[in-house]
Amino acid sequence: MSIGSYGVRHAQAFLGALGRMLRSPLASVLTLLVVAVALALPMSLKVFVANARVATGDFKDAVDLSVYLKTDVPLVKAQQLAANAQQRAGVADVTLIPADKALDEFRNYSGFGAALEVLQQNPLPHVLHVHPAADASDPAAVENLKRYFIAWPEVDLVQVDSDWVMRFNAILDVMRQVLNITAALLGVGVLAVVGNTIRLEILNRRAEIEVTKLVGGSNRFVRRPFLYTGLLYGLGGALLAWGIISLTVALLARPVGRLAQLYGSHYELAGPGREDTLLLLAGGTLLGLVGAWIAATRHLKRIEPRA
Amino acid sequence: MIVFDRVAKRYPNGREALAGVTLRVHPGEMVFLTGKSGAGKSTVLKLIALLERPTRGTVLINGRNTNTIKGRHIPTFRRHIGVVFQDHKLLADRPVYDNVALPLIVSDTPLREIDKRVRAALDQVGLLGKERMSPLELSVGEQQRVGIARAVVSKPPLLIADEPTGNLDPDLALDVMRLFRRFQEVGVTVVVATHDVHLVREFGMREIVIENGHVHGGLGDDLPSVIATR
Repeated sequence: MSIGSYGVRHAQAFLGALGRMLRSPLASVLTLLVVAVALALPMSLKVFVANARVATGDFKDAVDLSVYLKTDVPLVKAQQLAANAQQRAGVADVTLIPADKALDEFRNYSGFGAALEVLQQNPLPHVLHVHPAADASDPAAVENLKRYFIAWPEVDLVQVDSDWVMRFNAILDVMRQVLNITAALLGVGVLAVVGNTIRLEILNRRAEIEVTKLVGGSNRFVRRPFLYTGLLYGLGGALLAWGIISLTVALLARPVGRLAQLYGSHYELAGPGREDTLLLLAGGTLLGLVGAWIAATRHLKRIEPRA
Repeated sequence: MIVFDRVAKRYPNGREALAGVTLRVHPGEMVFLTGKSGAGKSTVLKLIALLERPTRGTVLINGRNTNTIKGRHIPTFRRHIGVVFQDHKLLADRPVYDNVALPLIVSDTPLREIDKRVRAALDQVGLLGKERMSPLELSVGEQQRVGIARAVVSKPPLLIADEPTGNLDPDLALDVMRLFRRFQEVGVTVVVATHDVHLVREFGMREIVIENGHVHGGLGDDLPSVIATR
């Protein structure tokens, strides 16, 4: 046995598998579609989570605290407090938002402008906008800072602006877990689909397998074309899945862009990156191959030539 | 070449096909295995090709005890035995060439070698030029000859045939038997199971008769006149 003829055997097995898929196009396309959808679901979820992370990435280190002073604290005192806050370790930057300015903003952006005219005095307090230093923006440090400010007699309320970011990140973590479970389940599904397709093909080609074994074909030789069939279903399904995801992203790009614009962002929807694409193709190919291997090993063993 | 030593075969359904059979086929010999249907002829061939295992006793092929051949070595073992069937077992969806080439393909023979040997085998059975045809386009006699070409293409030292003339009319049957004798003449050991007594007489080769799981003439000693004709 030479390396050359060994390569030729593999090429023949590969082309044979491809030829059989092309000869029954409808059945092949259906199997490919099932594999593709099973692969596309977890991957699109992954792309979605990745996009959500990028979209909220801007806020990731925006763990700012809003320190609301009591309404009777005068502006001069507020300025003094702002200067004090600036001295505190772990504080990078403090911005004082005076009550008047806050009211102006509120009037402009809330749409309650007319209603606010009725008010005889400004109900809003002065606010210190505290931006923690980069090394003090983990939840524990932020919590410390919050407790420090709330202990001041002039302070009414301290709100951590990043609460929603943290909650959102927690939701993303949940989704990532859901993604992993979905991927595992659908991976098993791909194994089953490819395995079943291979099983049917083995039954259809029983006579051929028997004759091959009869003239001295080893189990490995008989199994080879089926492994290529599985590999082709896996790889083909993965390519199709990539197409589905890319099409989905393309279809969503404009509406998402418009949505982002309305929120004053230039966020752009990203498709599966190079790494994800590679993962998808490799994962699909591997699943197809393993599914075929399991089915072929199981069923080929049972087919022995009958004289 | 072939030695059966007190070989018994009982199938899972309880039928005892062979009850302690002892027989011997010498290298380069051609023997007929005769007897009524169900007498055990096919079982003898199946034991030779390791399609079945003996329940008791030992089968030696080319000096090798088949009981010691484990599953994954069976394919290599079978490559040294050419098998011809009554229903020829050709693959209808492949051309004649591919059918004949199959034993060479499974043993990883280089492509150029395959081409040469397939043509040689088809030439031997008189079917050169029909490589591209489908087995379905051929006559029954031609199909059987394709089956024979496939059995001899890898030049096995042993050729076994189970009722190879069962579906053929007398003239074609004679042709097929002459073909087997030609292989025997170049040194191949040939075992042909058949119930066609006339054909056997015509060729005058040694005859091993199987009856109810027992053999007559298994060692060739009780039919010296036949041996002498070789």
